[in-house]
Amino acid sequence: MARLSSWLRLAALIGAAAVLAAPSFEAAAGADKPKLEHGKGDKCVEDTDFMRRNHMELLKHHRDETMHQGIRTTKYSLKQCVACHASEKTGSVAATKEDFCAACHSYAGVKLDCWDCHATKPMAKKPGQAEAQAEVKASPLMPNPQNGGAKQ
Amino acid sequence: MNEPKRPESNLENGDRRSFLAASAAVAGSAVAPGVLLYGIAQAKPAEEAVTDKVRWGMLVDTTKCATGCTDCVTACNTENGLSGKTGPQDSQWIRKVDIKNLQTGAQHTLPMMCQHCEHPPCVDVCPTGASFKRADGIVLVDRHICIGCRYCMMACPYKARSFVHEPLTEQNPEVPRGKGCVESCTFCVQRVDRDQSPACVEACDKAGHKAMVFGDLNNPESDVAKAVKAYATTEVRGDLRLNTGVRYQGI
Repeated sequence: MARLSSWLRLAALIGAAAVLAAPSFEAAAGADKPKLEHGKGDKCVEDTDFMRRNHMELLKHHRDETMHQGIRTTKYSLKQCVACHASEKTGSVAATKEDFCAACHSYAGVKLDCWDCHATKPMAKKPGQAEAQAEVKASPLMPNPQNGGAKQ
Repeated sequence: MNEPKRPESNLENGDRRSFLAASAAVAGSAVAPGVLLYGIAQAKPAEEAVTDKVRWGMLVDTTKCATGCTDCVTACNTENGLSGKTGPQDSQWIRKVDIKNLQTGAQHTLPMMCQHCEHPPCVDVCPTGASFKRADGIVLVDRHICIGCRYCMMACPYKARSFVHEPLTEQNPEVPRGKGCVESCTFCVQRVDRDQSPACVEACDKAGHKAMVFGDLNNPESDVAKAVKAYATTEVRGDLRLNTGVRYQGI
């Protein structure tokens, strides 16, 4: 009896090792992959494989930095993801099941609630506001030379 | 849980340099001769965290604020994607309030919004830490953490906060908003971080009233710091000793 159970245990160990060793991504290579619209982004900020596995961590890390510390780099920002990956057909990352975010997430059955609050479409350029980010006429940090800060 | 390994940072530095170079080029081309560009010289680099060296504040001069003018409210709604409706379930980040002293008959009109207190009651009562004060004094709601309990709305003496009751679409990409969270004036934090003043202040200046001055209270050279030094100004509900970032003159 003791001998049988030790054999069983060994078999289970070998089985578990085999499952762990098989790289899950290659195992799935035979299956249909989601078809998705890449938008205009032809090269992402990191390699595709890294992004597939880690985009959510990058976004979460960046979200906290932006929200609480006001760090507004664009490299890992959701706004920048949307700007590049919005589909050329729908102008959105999640309007149809072919759009960039929705394609994989519906394929994998992972619900995401980013779009309950965040815009799925990139910023519409307002007329005359193309370079808005750099075109700052007066800064609240600096005194206004016209009235020298005086008030009547 | 494992932190994802970030491919390291030479690339990032390269990016930063090219970004700075690009923005400098844009600035150079965008500015007409003779227009001084304070913003670029002073702007906080995007990768730098805000610090408590700055405290953003505002002074509202009620003697210049025009009765019937709602330009600040409209500008706020446009900038932040609010509907502009004023029903009990609609978000209002800034309101025009008319006040009258019954004894003397003195009447004033003024904009009322989140006062960005140094000791904000909304932050004290928040059970999840969603309501917080940024190092530079701006009081915000982190919607990722907000559970929509609305304690902060009850705690706020200024009725500054609103709750989003219905699903929203077509948000401004810079101002994410959604159902189930509390929200309020952010001093247009997305604009402040790129060194512009809040939309209401810009609209007030544009309308020619110049009743709102925004700036760094900690910088003695700023317009707002000079003004609060030179004139008698009031905190609304000063008895609560919250040390508000928004102050009023002429009431």
